[in-house]
Amino acid sequence: MNGDTFYLLSFILAAAAATFLTRLLPFAFLGRQRNHPLVQHLGRYLPAGIMALLVVIFLLRSGNWQAPVLGMDALGPALLVVILHLWKRNALLSLMAGTLSYMLIQQLVITV
Amino acid sequence: MQSSPLTTALRLSLPVLFGYLPLGMAFGVLFSTQLDYAWWFAPLMGLVIYAGAGQILAVSLLLASTGLIEVFIAMLVLNARHVFYGLSLLDAFAGAGWRKPYLIFGLTDETYSLLTSRPRTRNKALEQQVDFLITLCNQIYWILGCALGAWLGRTLIFDSTGIDFALVALFIVLCIEQYKALQSHFAIWAGAIAALVAALLFPASQQLLIAITLVVVALFWQYPSRKHLYTAINQDQQHER
Repeated sequence: MNGDTFYLLSFILAAAAATFLTRLLPFAFLGRQRNHPLVQHLGRYLPAGIMALLVVIFLLRSGNWQAPVLGMDALGPALLVVILHLWKRNALLSLMAGTLSYMLIQQLVITV
Repeated sequence: MQSSPLTTALRLSLPVLFGYLPLGMAFGVLFSTQLDYAWWFAPLMGLVIYAGAGQILAVSLLLASTGLIEVFIAMLVLNARHVFYGLSLLDAFAGAGWRKPYLIFGLTDETYSLLTSRPRTRNKALEQQVDFLITLCNQIYWILGCALGAWLGRTLIFDSTGIDFALVALFIVLCIEQYKALQSHFAIWAGAIAALVAALLFPASQQLLIAITLVVVALFWQYPSRKHLYTAINQDQQHER
């Protein structure tokens, strides 16, 4: 094994250890506290908060916010997902329609 | 209708396939065009590290021959948001036995989103089996993406520009499901506002962590007004036992 491969392998191990550690911490320290009201409160409402912030951050990154588009290339497909999902509540349908319309806009409209 | 755990896992994880294949491929292409290592190191990283943003950062750290301690710290900071994810799954993963280390290892943004939004029955062993299969499917999609991207390099077959919007659409769908499942919508508004604040004031690499920290702070602030609800739930559970 040459030095370069050895460096890459130790690099991968260091990165993997750090990543796993961040995911392990709550289980290592709070496993016995899981019935504590505060842990229950955070555990119950964090997913909703995190989902909302992921939507906003990823939408901001998906859209073109220069005039005259003003993010409509991402907000349009997003709105389609919301309407379809509230109407049919079929996750796969909402996802496919949103993704396909976004792809069409990015590939056809933007390049023209 | 009763479907098998694998069918359930495949159905629920399908959207992640559309997100992870292109994202993994983006990493793979980056890896094989920027670095001089064999292509299969890219899927190996997907297998052992398994973190989207982390692996993309890893390419630039590798280019700069970064020291291992620095690598460790950079990954710790980049993935710090995961510290909060386990909070919602302490109970779901309790007593999962040999599956538990893998469930924790595989807790990415997308796996967390799927596991915390799906309906659960009282059959804990069965639900943990489904959780395990969802986690496994997701990681297989990711490794496949890493391998394809690194192997194909720049010679891509079709224009998949924009296909990664599948993840945005997935988060929107899951957000609507959360909205319908919870009586209080405080957390959702807190999340949206926190994201706007973070996106306007901080660089892209820090936005997720800052926004999640703001949401946690908001939930701490909300907690005193809702504390009584949880003690009531606990007493109910004790009566049941």
